[in-house]
Formats: sequence, C-alpha cells, structure tokens
Amino acid sequence: MTRTKQDPGAPGVKKRGARDLLEKGMNGLFFLCGLVAVAFVLFITAYLVISGLPAIRQIGLTDFLFGTEWASTNKTDPKFGILPFILTSIYGTAGAIVIGVPVGFLTAVFLSKLAPRRTAAVIRTAVDLLAGIPSVVYGLIGMTVLVPAVRVAFDLSSGATLLAAMVVLAVMILPSIISVSETALNAVPKEYEEASLALGATEIETYFRVSAPAAASGIAAAVVLGIGRAIGEAMAIMMVAGNVANMPGLFKSVRFLTTAIASEMSYSSVGSLQRNALFSIALVLFLFIMLINILLNALLKRDRNKG
Amino acid sequence: MEMKHLSPRRVLYDRVLRFLLYFSALLTCTMLVVLIGYIFYRGLPEVSWEMLTTEPSVLRDVIGILPNLINTLALIVGTLLIVLPLGVGAAIYLTEYARSRRVVELIEFATETLTGIPSILYGLVGMLFFVQFLGWGGSIRAGIFTLVIMILPTIVRTTQESLKTVPQAYREAALGLGSGKWHMIRTVVLPSSVDGIVTGCILSIGRIVGESAALLYTAGSASVLVGSLRKLLTTSGGSLTVALYMYTMERGKIATGFAIASILMILTLVINLSAKWLGGKLKRK
Repeated sequence: MTRTKQDPGAPGVKKRGARDLLEKGMNGLFFLCGLVAVAFVLFITAYLVISGLPAIRQIGLTDFLFGTEWASTNKTDPKFGILPFILTSIYGTAGAIVIGVPVGFLTAVFLSKLAPRRTAAVIRTAVDLLAGIPSVVYGLIGMTVLVPAVRVAFDLSSGATLLAAMVVLAVMILPSIISVSETALNAVPKEYEEASLALGATEIETYFRVSAPAAASGIAAAVVLGIGRAIGEAMAIMMVAGNVANMPGLFKSVRFLTTAIASEMSYSSVGSLQRNALFSIALVLFLFIMLINILLNALLKRDRNKG
Repeated sequence: MEMKHLSPRRVLYDRVLRFLLYFSALLTCTMLVVLIGYIFYRGLPEVSWEMLTTEPSVLRDVIGILPNLINTLALIVGTLLIVLPLGVGAAIYLTEYARSRRVVELIEFATETLTGIPSILYGLVGMLFFVQFLGWGGSIRAGIFTLVIMILPTIVRTTQESLKTVPQAYREAALGLGSGKWHMIRTVVLPSSVDGIVTGCILSIGRIVGESAALLYTAGSASVLVGSLRKLLTTSGGSLTVALYMYTMERGKIATGFAIASILMILTLVINLSAKWLGGKLKRK
C-alpha cells in the first residue's frame, strides 16, 4: 500500500472530516424521520389501550361486549352494553359490501378488459372524484335525498335507518373496490386469457372464469379494504343512521361503533364512566381495524408474490 | 364475435354478463354526475359574495364562511409545513439510506397501519393528547398536529414512489464524480422527483379539505375571525367540513350546508384534476 498519509492539518482532510460529520448527521436525521411513523403507531396504540381499559375493567368485559343495552346517561342505573354498536357496525358493513362489491367488481372488469382506452380514462377520473368527495357531503346528500326516499318507499316514520347507512357506505367504498380490483385484474398475465380464447371460450367467459379467479387474492384485498373503510366511517353515517342505540334492524335507527364515540363525546364530562366507556369503544374499534389491516396486508403480499 | 356455434346457454351467459358490465360502469359514472349536479343545483344559488367574505353574525342575521375558509387554509398550510420534511425525510431514508431489510419492513408496516386507522380514532387520540394532556384546548394547532399523524403515510408513499423512478445511473454518476451521499440526494435525486412530492402534497390537501371526524374534537367548530396568526393557531376554529356538519346537524340550515358542499366540491374537483394532470406528466417522464 503506497497511500500517502496526509498531514492532518491539511485543508482537504479538514473538509473531509466536516463532510463525514454532515453525512453521518443527515443519515441519523433521516433515520429519525423514518422512525417517526413507528413512534406514531406505538403512541396511538398505547393511548387507546391505556385510556380504553379502565372502563372495561369497571363494567366487566362480558357485560361491556355482550350487554344489549346502552343507557349511559341514566342517572340511577346506567347501562354500558355495546353489542348493539358492534352488531350494527358488522351488519352495516356487510350490507355495504353486498351492495358495493358487485357494482365495484363489475366496473373494474369493464375498466380493465372491455373499455376502450379513452372511455376507461374518463371513468377512472370519475372514480377518483367519487373517492375525493368529503364524507360530510355524502352525509348531506344521504340526509336530504336518501333518508326521505327510504321513509316514503317503506312507509316508515323516519327514514334515518340502517338501510340508508348501508347505501351511503356502499357508495363510499365503491372507489377503493374498483381501483384495487382493477389493479389486480390488470396484472393477470395475457397468456392466460389468450389460452382461454384459443380454446374457444368467449371474451366474457374468459374474463369471469379465467381472469377473475387468477386475480382472486387482489379482489379479496379490495373487499377487505372496503370493509376497513366502511367500519371506520363516522361522519356520513352519523348524518343518516338516526343515531339511536337500538339493536340493529334494517328499518331501525341505529348507532355504529364510530358514531357511538362521536355522538356522546361532545357532552360527556371528563373522567366520567360514560366518557371512559367511549374510549373503550374506540379500543374495540381499533382492534377490529388492526385485524382487518393484518388480513389486508397478508392478501396484498400474497398477490405481490404471485405476480 | 360470431356466436352461432355456441349453445343457447352460453350465449345467454355472455349477453347477461356483458350487459351487467356496461350497466355497472354506467351506474358508477351516472352516480357521480347526479351527485355533483345535485350539489351544485342546490348549493350554488346559495353562495354569495357576502357569504364568502364575512363572518356569521346573529345580529345582522348573516351566515358567512370566511372564518371557515381561513381555518381550512391554516390547517392545510400548517400540516404540510410539518409533515413535508418528516415524510420526505422518511421516504429518503427508506429508499436511499436503509440497509437493513428488517428496519424497512418495520417502517413500511407502520405507515400501512397508519393508513388503515379511521379518522375518528385520530380525532380521539388528538383530543386526549393535544387538547387535554398538553392543555392546548380545542385549537387549530391541535388540529394540525392530529392531521400530521394522519397525513404522514400519504407523503411517505408518494415520495417513495417518485424516488424509485429516479434512474440508478444518476446516483452512480453523482457518487462517481466524488459527491457525498447527502450532496447527491440534494442536488440530483430530490430535484428529479419533485413532481412526485408535489403530487403527494396535492393528495394530502385533498384529504385535509375533506376531513371532518379527526377535526371536530381537536380543532373545534368556531366560526370567528381572529386578528392575529397566533390567535388563529391557539383558538378553536372549524374547517369547512365541520361547518357544514354544524350548520346541517345542529342548526338545521340545510341550504347553508349545500352552499358549503358546493364550495367543497369545487375544491375537490380542482385538487383532483391537478393531481391527475401532474401524475400524467410524471408518468410520461
């Protein structure tokens, strides 16, 4: 090795030393930025667990989760059963999926396989716009158009029902279902479809019997994403679901997990069992969402590995 | 497509499904057109110059949404100022610096988790921490910090995607010429991915404009004009969406709700189309 050893006092070395320091500093700084996301997740989890547990402990886990009556403001005998909220969230989401997934899936097949390029671009813009409409605007339209329509159509005293919430949720999850399914359908290898066509299947038969099964895990991911969106939506359904803590029924006013939190937060007093129970509802919602997220990531990973 | 040789059942299958495909796509588009048309039909006649430029006053019996416009703008600017360096920094770490697969997976898992958390839960945690624990009260700054947590994944993801499109050769060339890593990132990588970062900002602005559940209990719902920036940040202020909610749900003023909705729709249209335009430019590059 004939590397010339430089005089430590030379200006070049000093500059390099400063540069190394800068490089190390920037590396550390960016690393910290990366860790911020991790810190946020830990922070949110910790906060929800710590603030959610006391009320559950006080009420009792089974009474809390499986109690069918919610009467948090009753002075003499308050009841904190959240089964109505859990079931409403599950039924509401299921209803939204039943209405939204067929339309979303079929639109995705149309976009991916059948539509001419120009038409597809226009429809994609429309879908993106649907995704961008604020949830209070959906709520407003639901409240002024859908709710009266439900009232008249089914001859009810009020149209603010689970059914109205399902329809609003179905429209709101449509964009995510369309765009995720379309991505999955676009990733199906051309050879599969060509082979099917060559064997005499029609275009349509090919799309539904070859392309769709090949994109199954991506389409499943779209459905799971839709479930996550629907279960987490608050403001729009607050405006259309009537907001009464009933056990769910299609034509009853209902309260979801999200709306249960939002509707009593403004008037419950700090430190009261009522307020703490709202944090416990948030914890239950958070656990639901985490389960859905894990499922979603597993499905997306499977899809990616296959592609 | 000749279908003469097909059995009647297969012809029926083909016809029915083909019809359903066209029908669904048409339904999706019709819904959007009807939604936008209806909002503008009921909302635009209610929008007046006075409404856009005053604050609400019971005495003079006017409804003005200027404070809500200002609050929304303050939320957007404040959030982006904080989240942009954080998010771009995280994306730079993930694409340029990270060596360990494990660390990358951990950070990506964290951002994906944040994407999935519903905004009402952000609102709740924001209320518990910023409003109560830090004692900031319902204020725009509490809203800003809540939104920062919520928007971070969007900025990280879009920046990461655009950093990945910078050709590896650019980096090698810069390093080969003796540039340091940070110098290379600052002068070569970041300038070539600037449109991606801008697209991320536009998407984030869209989310902030449409957000309501995370803001109701953090930024509050007041509609008052305040004199100074300091006061703006530290007092309660409702965004346009929260104002829409308050006017329709608490005060039964549906017409005002539609007026705000049509302003929100115009903003959404502008934001969406500019994101699309920029995205298209990015792809062509």
